[in-house]
Amino acid sequence: MTKRMWALVATLAVCLAFPAAGVTKQHGGTLNMIAWEGYTQPQWVKPFTKKTGCTVHAKYAGSSDEMVTLMRSGGGGQYDMVSASGDASLRLIFGKDVQAIDPSKIPDYKNFGKAFQSPSNNTVDGKHYGLSLQWGPNTLLYNTKKVKPVPTSWAAIYDPKYKGKVTVPDNPIQIADAALYLMKTKPSLGIKDPYELNSNQFKAAIDLLKKQKPLIKKYWGLASDEIDLFKNGDAVIGASWPYQTNTLVAAKAPVKDLIPKEGATGWLDTWMVSAKTKNMDCAMKWLSWISTPTVQAQQAIYFGETPVNSKACAIMDKLSKGSCAQYHANAPLQYFKQIHFWKTPVADCGNGQKDCMDYTKWQQAWTQLKG
Amino acid sequence: MRRRIGGALWRHQPLKALALLSPPVLAFTLVYIAALAALFVSAFWTVDPFTSLTIHSWTLDNFRELWNEPTYRTVALRTISIAAAVTITDAIIAFPFAYYMARIAKPHTRAILFVLVLLPLWASYLARVYAWRLILNSNGLLNWTLDKLGLPPANIAYTNTAMWIVFSYIWLPFMILPVYAALERIPHSYIEASRDLGGKGFRTLRSVILPLALPGIVAGSIFTFSLTLGDYITPVLVGGASSQFIGNVVYDSVNQSSNLPFAAAFAVVPLCVMGIYLLIARRLGAFEAL
Repeated sequence: MTKRMWALVATLAVCLAFPAAGVTKQHGGTLNMIAWEGYTQPQWVKPFTKKTGCTVHAKYAGSSDEMVTLMRSGGGGQYDMVSASGDASLRLIFGKDVQAIDPSKIPDYKNFGKAFQSPSNNTVDGKHYGLSLQWGPNTLLYNTKKVKPVPTSWAAIYDPKYKGKVTVPDNPIQIADAALYLMKTKPSLGIKDPYELNSNQFKAAIDLLKKQKPLIKKYWGLASDEIDLFKNGDAVIGASWPYQTNTLVAAKAPVKDLIPKEGATGWLDTWMVSAKTKNMDCAMKWLSWISTPTVQAQQAIYFGETPVNSKACAIMDKLSKGSCAQYHANAPLQYFKQIHFWKTPVADCGNGQKDCMDYTKWQQAWTQLKG
Repeated sequence: MRRRIGGALWRHQPLKALALLSPPVLAFTLVYIAALAALFVSAFWTVDPFTSLTIHSWTLDNFRELWNEPTYRTVALRTISIAAAVTITDAIIAFPFAYYMARIAKPHTRAILFVLVLLPLWASYLARVYAWRLILNSNGLLNWTLDKLGLPPANIAYTNTAMWIVFSYIWLPFMILPVYAALERIPHSYIEASRDLGGKGFRTLRSVILPLALPGIVAGSIFTFSLTLGDYITPVLVGGASSQFIGNVVYDSVNQSSNLPFAAAFAVVPLCVMGIYLLIARRLGAFEAL
């Protein structure tokens, strides 16, 4: 061999050695996740990878329905984890797409608020299908200059006074918002739970939404769409998430949000593990990591939602003064009780008659409403 | 050996054509026709509502629902009407522009005009739709201009009118180019002959130029009509509360309900519409102008 050949071989050997060294060091594996946008920020993913050697690949989904579709695509083995909201989690559990985990292996589980340890949207027959993550209310957002007097009721988004200036989410679960309003304003309908509606109650909710339709400027699909609508004055009142309020206030738009007197719908998200994952070890490490007070606080402030770990409050205030109170992380049970968390509507809704409208009916009604 | 194959191909010209054509034809059949066939077949299946699994048994349920549910008729009608409106608008705007480019402009000006027509196609489709959102919204450029002129504001943001304007803008180049090609091919002697026979400007335009340009206009309309018919992004971005297109219902069926068979059934509708449209277009001689 010539000298040049030896040099080449040496270079090759060095090149090959580096990745090989990397492989032996990183015994963690890769987690493929379906997540809400903003749920896998480098701020807390990078330290996780550094600590555990598990890398994270996230695909953002735009709706709960999309999450369920993605989890089932290609036989279900493609994704290891999903950050499912309450209106998707039961579908995933009963569809056998996710598996039960042992929460006693998660160090911070004992610090979770009592209501979040075994909520009905991720715990079935005492089995925990995942770990609660964060929650938040669907709020009433309004333009303080254009909407007077200050609204106190959801009646405002059904008020012809704001014709052409109203916006609500483009999501079948919005029917529950109408049902919640009727539950408080029309007791004769006998609605007990906005997600458990018989055909009569369901029809009343759809009728209300049909009456609302001429007032709607746009059914918003992305949070950024609603932000645009409020910034440009195309909408002055609507149903929203705290995230939009935060963004708009930061952009100096004259907006405020509130939870009206009827209460509000809300979401409680759960990190779930796919039934077919090959990375159970990494998945459990992620669950432990994401429930630590620091990560809980970081995510709460980034997204504008409320952590389930009661120890996160102090860290939130350290990161951003007053944020614990702003996102109700220290709120009393009273506040929590007025929020009706998203859950998948099913036919068998516990009244023994199995006559509730299931989610397929909700989706059909929503498509027909939009027309 | 090689020489013998070459010789055989030389002696048998049809064989040569077959050898040359078969790879692209095979690819076309596999990629294009097979995909369409799969789509058509799955339209006759259904989905189990609970498990979201496809049930492979033949049924007309999807088509029955399409027919019986007025919403889907409204959506199909809206899609087709807006596609037609966009096509007519583009034809009216494109004709004088293409005429100027083909028959009046000097070569230098023509080159500049060509660049101007094609330039928007180099920018992202999304960026251009978002730009229109900035123009049309309540505090946007349009209302600002109207306000400066002392006129009342136009509230066309997030309406079907907004969709019509944006579609007409986006697909205009696809109308200008075939119309230009058709106009350029009209021999100058025809126009001179018309003049010699006493045909004034308008008469020449109506009896000579328009009939000869018609195949170009129809060819352009195939693009503008089918592109609008299949779009679903513009309705999401600039549409209002009642702006669903066929594409949006298809998208929601796949993404929200995991109901691929129903999406396939609805996708057959624009396919049929385009089929009929192409038959008419062929009658009008559009394919000779492509």
